[in-house]
Amino acid sequence: MVKKTIHEINGRIRDGSVNVVTAEEMVDIVGELGAEGAAKEVDVVTTGTFGAMCSSGVWLNFGHSEPPIRISKLWLNDVEAYSGVAAVDAYIGATQASRSKGMEYGGAHVIEDLIRGRSIDVHGTSPGTDCYPRKVIDTTINIYDLNQAIMLNPRNAYQKYNAATNSTNHTLNTYMGTLLPNHGNVTYSGAGVLSPMHNDPNYETIGTGTRIFLGGAQGYIVGEGTQHSPESGFGTLMLKGDLKEMSSEYIRAASFEGYGTSLYVGMGIPIPVLNEDIAKATAVTDDDIVTNLLDYGIPSSDRPAIRTVTYGELRSGSIDVNGKEVTTSSLSSFKKSRQIANELKDWIKGGEFFVSMPVERLSRDTACNSMKLSSVNPLVGDIMTSDVSIIQAEASFNDAAKTIMDKQFSHLPVVDKDNSLVGILTAWDISKAVAKAEYDLVKDIMTKDVVTTSPDEAIDIAAFKLDSNNVSALPVIDSKKKVVGIITSDDISKLLARRQ
Amino acid sequence: MKIKISIESSIVTKPILAEAIVETGALLNISQAHFDNTHGEVVADIPSEQFGKIRDSLVKKGAEVVVLDTPISRDEEECVECGACVSVCPVGVFSLADDWSLEVDPDKCIQCGACLTMCPHNALFLGQ
Repeated sequence: MVKKTIHEINGRIRDGSVNVVTAEEMVDIVGELGAEGAAKEVDVVTTGTFGAMCSSGVWLNFGHSEPPIRISKLWLNDVEAYSGVAAVDAYIGATQASRSKGMEYGGAHVIEDLIRGRSIDVHGTSPGTDCYPRKVIDTTINIYDLNQAIMLNPRNAYQKYNAATNSTNHTLNTYMGTLLPNHGNVTYSGAGVLSPMHNDPNYETIGTGTRIFLGGAQGYIVGEGTQHSPESGFGTLMLKGDLKEMSSEYIRAASFEGYGTSLYVGMGIPIPVLNEDIAKATAVTDDDIVTNLLDYGIPSSDRPAIRTVTYGELRSGSIDVNGKEVTTSSLSSFKKSRQIANELKDWIKGGEFFVSMPVERLSRDTACNSMKLSSVNPLVGDIMTSDVSIIQAEASFNDAAKTIMDKQFSHLPVVDKDNSLVGILTAWDISKAVAKAEYDLVKDIMTKDVVTTSPDEAIDIAAFKLDSNNVSALPVIDSKKKVVGIITSDDISKLLARRQ
Repeated sequence: MKIKISIESSIVTKPILAEAIVETGALLNISQAHFDNTHGEVVADIPSEQFGKIRDSLVKKGAEVVVLDTPISRDEEECVECGACVSVCPVGVFSLADDWSLEVDPDKCIQCGACLTMCPHNALFLGQ
């Protein structure tokens, strides 16, 4: 049995005899020497990851103004920062969007601009008190003017992350990037073989107080991150570091079309090889790490998994989705992750960085629960009209017009011979056909690209679909595409009117 | 040279490509075609000396013809080489090399712009 202490390893860092390798290099070393041989040979294994970590932000302290103000509302370059923590402290979060520029500029951009030494416009307001009489402050600052700029990221370094695809017939813009229709692509995030938490899955050396690489500077692990869910392999970390020492090489603002801003955070954890179990764990490969491929076409937090997939498969460039070969995109940069693992390795070899043991271990058996909802959200099935008139695709224009007149429905779901939904015909389609004097069959004048819902979908999702697709009714279909009802924007308005 | 021919839905049923080819004798080599209920788009190679006449013929028949001579360009400072663009490009302009650097092959670009909105770092540009 090999046993080493942190003090021994730090002694080797001090005298320059330490042997440090990256988690990628460790795979072959353990393969060649076995876990015991590798544990004797290697002192520290470095990891790294560089990807979008939305749950990130920075605590800022501006110093007191003259006359003093206790800021209660604050904007930095027109991005709101939380300042409900007295006087002149504020927290700028990565995903907060600018009031004027919207999604293209957000808290993440303020953070990157601070690191780059750029000027930031500050606008703060206050009710004014006897001790803090000032009511408004407008000034321009840069990072050097701040007393503190402390990065504190509540949820970073996800152990692994679900991969994403889209089963619907339209493009989705998500925090997992553009997801093309009909499983047109797959996106994923995470550094696989270099993933920090996967190289120490029992959190033996990763815990409160562990010294790490954060944004190009030395930082620390505060403890478990929010939504830390080790039971299902989705551990997270809360991280802290000094923004003033960080580099824009490793902290980058990003914006996802249709979603908003996020912060790309570069971080790495050194894993001291104290024994052969740790050595064995650091030999984890892309093929060992399994995640789920989720269908983001399902607008629920409980998205179904289409299949499980390894990081090895994801990183090969394409994977099989329901029999089709689909191209994958990584949203995190493996090149940068490798750069981080190598830089951390150089720091340790150069005697600039010492490894540490956690003062408190992370929990290994907790799970993450969903939000408690005190009121039950109605479902589409609760308010839809079940008595819906449908029309056959082969029916004539006149039949359709007559049905709309007789039944007073302005939307007719169109079905084929098997009664499966194939389109929708609206009073507007009828008018259009009349204007063009094209009295064809229903299938020639109907709208084929129809947005649908199902009885067990939440009303909020149906309302979002109506709004984002700019339509006024959704056919409600079952799993076999049979029409079981229709829900209109009127139905939803009436529901809201009853609620108030 | 590479050209993009856009065809409005109102004329999409007319054989204007065939007519233009017969009329001009131009050797149009179609590499991509996409049609949906709003419009049609064809990407083709054409010998440059024949470009003028086939463009005139197609434009007369109601199509729009654009020369694909300003392919995608990348701001290497902004790009973090994640590879988000790889899977949204319909013609495989982007790929990751053995060392996980992003490789860009602008010759393949059909200027569709799909990668512009995908890029989280706004590092891709068209028409510069």
